[in-house]
Amino acid sequence: MRITRQGVLDTVQDLGRYGYQYLGINCNGAMDKFSMQLANTLLGKDLNSPVFEIHFPASQFLFEKETIICITGGDFLPTINDHAIPLDRPVAVCKKSILKFEKLQTGSRCYLSIFNEMKLDKWMNSYSTNLKSGTGGFMGRNLLKNDVILFQNGLNISTLLHERDHVVFPWKANDVVDTRNEIEFLIGSEWHWLTRDVQDTFQEHWFQITNEADRMGYQLAGPTLECRNSEQLISSAVSFGTVQLLPNGQLIILMADHQTAGGYPRVAQIISAHLSILGQKKPNDVIKFKMTSLVEAEKKIVSQKKYLLQLQIACKFKMEEFLHAHL
Amino acid sequence: MNAYQPYSIFPLGDSALTIDFGNIISKDINKKVLQLFHHLKAVADKNIVDLVPAYSSLTVYYDVAFLHHSEKTAFDAITEILEEWLSRTLNLPEKQNKHFDIPVCYSKKFGIDMNHLSEQNYLTIEEIIQIHTSKIYKVYMLGFLPGFTYMGEVDHRISIERKPVPVKVPPGAVGIAGRQTGIYPLESPGGWQIIGRTPTKVFRKENKCPVLFYPGDDVKFHSISEDEFENYQAGRT
Repeated sequence: MRITRQGVLDTVQDLGRYGYQYLGINCNGAMDKFSMQLANTLLGKDLNSPVFEIHFPASQFLFEKETIICITGGDFLPTINDHAIPLDRPVAVCKKSILKFEKLQTGSRCYLSIFNEMKLDKWMNSYSTNLKSGTGGFMGRNLLKNDVILFQNGLNISTLLHERDHVVFPWKANDVVDTRNEIEFLIGSEWHWLTRDVQDTFQEHWFQITNEADRMGYQLAGPTLECRNSEQLISSAVSFGTVQLLPNGQLIILMADHQTAGGYPRVAQIISAHLSILGQKKPNDVIKFKMTSLVEAEKKIVSQKKYLLQLQIACKFKMEEFLHAHL
Repeated sequence: MNAYQPYSIFPLGDSALTIDFGNIISKDINKKVLQLFHHLKAVADKNIVDLVPAYSSLTVYYDVAFLHHSEKTAFDAITEILEEWLSRTLNLPEKQNKHFDIPVCYSKKFGIDMNHLSEQNYLTIEEIIQIHTSKIYKVYMLGFLPGFTYMGEVDHRISIERKPVPVKVPPGAVGIAGRQTGIYPLESPGGWQIIGRTPTKVFRKENKCPVLFYPGDDVKFHSISEDEFENYQAGRT
């Protein structure tokens, strides 16, 4: 496949790079891991297969060979040869097809999974692109015009396509997009550095995502929060979803490309199951923090994982059956 | 882990926890952190996803779905496993730390903040170089960037606050922030006061081990001229 127009920031991502944070090598990985896994799931692929994380304005893709694709996450009105195609559903496309993204409707990132195995760079156990060090994914960088991504294996689906330029598969995921604005959190290790009043403000006010919002973190605008402790923290680990209080009294939420360690007070931590919702927010969106318990947060992780695994098994079976019947 | 070191464990969200030995920089505590880190790394418990040692803490990322059972939270389950290790006297073989002699060119061309440090701390540039090169530094931890080292502690005479606004620094830039010193592995915005640059590559993405320094290593700097710097870069590093 070939990139025929460059997008603003389209990279290869998977579930992230773990095991090397002690060397300062950060995790990276998809901003909306639920949608990233869903795209793989619907094609019956392994949950951790590398996908393209696409921002708007998006790249334009030319499929030189026929394949099956699935797009999830934000709705950028995807089209194949100018015909709208659905999200959350596998679509077979003929050779010489052009995939475009017309308009940003909802969300801020979409995920493109390809049925064929692609020739990509695995670095330190992950395909996720590490932009800082120029490693992993596709040449360690975002996709540029004229990039060619090779498929490892061929796929003959001409009987299935039967002269049509694309075919939408019969199965899909329903009601998978969660656009809530109330994001659940657990208290951070420096939560008690905030006075009771400030803790209330944190939970009662709406915070706006500023223009300083990217894969590394979202800076928020809201009431200035004061810290009653001025002790300097020495650096220790931070993670995706850590909410830090900056010296100016504003908050930053660390996202997928966060540093491995930091020294600002960690007042809260977004629950893992809600990181994907946050990953679809964009500048000017407003959010509110809602406290929850560790027990509830864990339950949500487990049920999300269960949902994806069950769907993956079902889709893998359906895919085999469908391809067998049509080829 | 011979002598008992008081610690506290707190959750870092729902998928990681931090074992904290206090908000202090100490060689002894850092050594304990690294002993525990190497031990857990060697044990290779399937429940553990990642281990992140810092100055005086060890953060453990764990697999919630794998550990979760109805009667107990994953957090409680992993805490029990870790407390078991923490309560034992781990007679660990001393991890063989490496020692590095790193060349640094402290010239005006590379030490862009040398004048600032000289004025702030009433030292001549020669004195700063003499002080910075006279000590063996401990690599306490890595973070911020792939391969970025937090080393310490520099003599209090050359200690200086970081910059209010980060500026772009080249790979190999050697900086000071408070009592810490470190080398930027990649071009990056940086807030540390830059006193020189090393021609030694501390990060090579093509290597199997892309990072030169590991936590616990010892580093000593020695001063080189601009000509020597160019020679290093041209061929032999």
